[in-house]
Amino acid sequence: MDAINQSILTLILLVPLAGAIVVALMPDRAKLPNWIALLTTLASFVLTLHLPEHFVLGQGGFQFEVNRPWIQNPAINYHVGVDGLSMWLVVLTGLLAPIGVLVSWKVINQRRKIFYSLFLVQQTAMFCVFISLDLMVYYGFWELSLVPMAILIAMYGRKDGPRAALKFFLYTFIPSAPLLVAILWLYARTGSFDYATLRILIAHGSLAPTALSWAALAFVVAFAVKVPVFPLHGWLADTFAEAPVAMAMVVAGKLGLYSMLRFHIGLFPEQARIVAPCLIALAVIGLLYGACLALVQRDFWRLLAFAAISQLSLITLAIYGLTFNGWAGGVYQILAHGVEDAAFFLLLGALEYRYGVTRIDAYGGLGAKLPRATSFFVITALAMIGLPMLSGFVGEFIILSSTFTGVSRGWAITAALGVILGAAYMLWLVQRIFYGPESEMAAARPAADLEFREMAVLAPLAVLMLVMGLAPSIWLTSIQTGIHPPQPKEAAVLHFPFASVSVVTIPSQEEGRR
Amino acid sequence: MNTVPDIFRILPEVILTVTGVIIMLIDASLRPERPRRSMGWVAAIGTTFALWASLWQFSLPQGTAFFGTVETSVFTIFFHVLICGIVLVALLVALDTLPADSHHQGEFYALVVFGTVGMCLLTSAIELLVVFIALEISSISTYILAGYRKQTGRGPEAAIKYFLLGSFATAFLLYGIALIFGATGTTEIYDIARQITSAPNHALVLAAMAMMLVGILFKVSAAPFHVWTPDVYEGAPSPVVALLSTAPKAAAFALLLRVLYEIFPAFDTLWVPLLWIVAVLSMTVGNLAALRQQNVKRMLAYSSIAHAGYLLAAFASIGSIGIAAASFYTAAYAAMNVGVFAVVTLAGGYNDDLPMIDDYRGLIYRSPLLGSLLIFFLASLVGIPFTGGFFGKFYSFSAAVQGGAIALAIIGLLNSGLASAYYLRLALAAAQRPTNEADRPQGRAPQLGVAVGAGLLLAVSATLVLGIVPGEVLRTAQSGAHTLQSIPPQTTAPVTASASTIHPAKF
Repeated sequence: MDAINQSILTLILLVPLAGAIVVALMPDRAKLPNWIALLTTLASFVLTLHLPEHFVLGQGGFQFEVNRPWIQNPAINYHVGVDGLSMWLVVLTGLLAPIGVLVSWKVINQRRKIFYSLFLVQQTAMFCVFISLDLMVYYGFWELSLVPMAILIAMYGRKDGPRAALKFFLYTFIPSAPLLVAILWLYARTGSFDYATLRILIAHGSLAPTALSWAALAFVVAFAVKVPVFPLHGWLADTFAEAPVAMAMVVAGKLGLYSMLRFHIGLFPEQARIVAPCLIALAVIGLLYGACLALVQRDFWRLLAFAAISQLSLITLAIYGLTFNGWAGGVYQILAHGVEDAAFFLLLGALEYRYGVTRIDAYGGLGAKLPRATSFFVITALAMIGLPMLSGFVGEFIILSSTFTGVSRGWAITAALGVILGAAYMLWLVQRIFYGPESEMAAARPAADLEFREMAVLAPLAVLMLVMGLAPSIWLTSIQTGIHPPQPKEAAVLHFPFASVSVVTIPSQEEGRR
Repeated sequence: MNTVPDIFRILPEVILTVTGVIIMLIDASLRPERPRRSMGWVAAIGTTFALWASLWQFSLPQGTAFFGTVETSVFTIFFHVLICGIVLVALLVALDTLPADSHHQGEFYALVVFGTVGMCLLTSAIELLVVFIALEISSISTYILAGYRKQTGRGPEAAIKYFLLGSFATAFLLYGIALIFGATGTTEIYDIARQITSAPNHALVLAAMAMMLVGILFKVSAAPFHVWTPDVYEGAPSPVVALLSTAPKAAAFALLLRVLYEIFPAFDTLWVPLLWIVAVLSMTVGNLAALRQQNVKRMLAYSSIAHAGYLLAAFASIGSIGIAAASFYTAAYAAMNVGVFAVVTLAGGYNDDLPMIDDYRGLIYRSPLLGSLLIFFLASLVGIPFTGGFFGKFYSFSAAVQGGAIALAIIGLLNSGLASAYYLRLALAAAQRPTNEADRPQGRAPQLGVAVGAGLLLAVSATLVLGIVPGEVLRTAQSGAHTLQSIPPQTTAPVTASASTIHPAKF
């Protein structure tokens, strides 16, 4: 068992990579690439399930850790490990991969080989971003994840793929230049890329504070673009509108949000506290702005993009509230949002495949013709707007309540307004597509309801949304071990990812924790 | 003391010279109508032997030969291997793409091989006149190669531009050499290094440094000495550009390192800020100009100017870190640039049938392998992790950061963000779905032969190795840096005397 625990993370990385190579080498015949990709992603999903199965709750810090030298000079180590914070994100990434393959099953009918091998490379890169504990390895895969995405957007764009791809790439690549300079600067001063070592050195104040704030700023800007946080969101709508569904599903949110928690707040707690008010304000603006723009969109992918900005801003708010509860709720909401978004992408992708139209006003009255699609759509929409007993509720509730008690009542109330707006655009979307009189287009093109392949993906997702709403403790207990360590703080500074952040939070909030 | 026969110290050069001579002899004895493609194989085999001989030189102790005019050290071997590797790839690409009916094929291969002799010699010469001769050997071959497409107007234009401006630059270098001889009374680099700080005429030394810098910076096409690059690249045949944009530059960078770190290390307060400016200028001018290009080869020419700028950023750090970073970057740049030009050559053919970026639309649909390779090499030029370009930039800018030039690193990385825009334009054009059959450019169907396949494989694996396991190469570059920095102590007999007296025992 120990051997498996030692190598599980490496296996999770290698399986999709091997799959990518196999797909690239096999002939592009019929559905062969699809099947290889599906089997690979299913295998890697099963492997990720090993993590929660063998995760030791009482033990803080990183588990399943591997630390091997990769390059001597500069000292880059292959250092990977997960804690409660990243473990479920790895599982989520694993879960979304086979869904991505199934979503693309019929839609991608040209150059399948290139599509699936790039898809699997992207998968590897995302896994590695979540598990690497060496800044250079992290940065490497962070950058690497941009490339397959950009190429696939260009190759399979709906109208103007290359333009959207260029926009996506430049938006996300340029801010990573200061990020690399900041990482190099840290290395020049400390001689280490190792996450834990850097945390200790920064916490002990051995670096110049002014330069450190600049470095922290470079980190947070790069992450904020990737989330995206309000004024940096320009790429998202075009990307959602152009990218193949399987790629759009994973492009926003979790990578940036996780990086904020781990590498901005985790490494630079003091500096994070200084910029936190600014980010909270931007998050609340983004929450309202995204929701308002989602209300007026005519294209459902664009609507989904602005909805994503709104929902991700809520998580950003939770993260920069700098409370333990907020973080737990934020991570939980990342998971919930990932699942809901996947279902949404799948359903809208199914509609687009059947009717070939993404304009909302072309639809109407599908409820009677596609009953199964309608019910899944309604369940997902309700989960997304935070109906109690469904997945969206738990995260939203924790976030809003922790903001209310721990940050500021004003922001919490404003954010709640945004959440209400969220219900408005979501329900209105449901109404316009599925209810009302049947539109000309829907009447002119008879289309079949969801088929087995789609049901096989949606049913587990719907069950998951329900379970996540009913029994959140399955996830929250292990998430919380990643956020505040079960041991005294003095020892914790040395070993635990978020221990030193506890200095930042106001003591009174600790009583309010779950 | 020196037990190694002198000939072993220049073994790669000797092998290449013999190869060149053999090719010329066969070429002259063959009837004009006979195909001369086999000559390319002779050249490739000779270059492979030269490559092997360079690697074999690792077993030699470090030392000088021929009265202290050439040396073998880890530094020289590093650049020998690099140059021979580039030339090998360029030859393999040329083998499959040179038009079969060309009467000048034999000459072509001979010129490439002779040019390589010059480039190799340039990296190992430690006597300024030998440096000058080596530079001329390599330059003259490349002037001729640049003008190989005589039937178009652009070929001769490129050759003449390159020749005139290149001669000017060489004259600057020669003038610098003359001035330094005037200041120190010797042309041997190690002697100059020992005497330069005590040279009576300070102004003379500074003038010499400036002249030499102008000459060398022209060869590496750094701004503001870059104006020849786009015209020459556009006019020269693509397989020649693959060679031209990499091998002579690698040799020139080796020379720049030797001149700055061996002759002028005492004047670093002067040349570090100077190169700072040149680096910033090169990357900014190169990238801004490349953004506006529609012609692929011109765009790549400006990109190579920008890359010279990234490389020069490493010079902000005085000491072995900077040298190692610059050497590594040279290798990474050479691997990916020769690769990208190989792909361009294959896609467009010898006569450049696909000159514009829009012509590459849908390349990945027409030829998945070629399209993927193009995107791969462009990704490396952007500096995407796990390609050579990433670690090249990484080492170069970390050298800059360690040398205290954080502003330079930030400017450089922002520039590389800017650069990704035009690389991506080409990559995305290649990835784009062709709108309809009629819209497809009528480019020739790219044929992948054995030779060109081997060449591409070499370039791809070099780019990947430099990007995934750069440790070994970097270690070699570092020990090369140490050998470059250690000036051997003066021997008991004054070296100036030993250079001018002939040792009968040697022959």
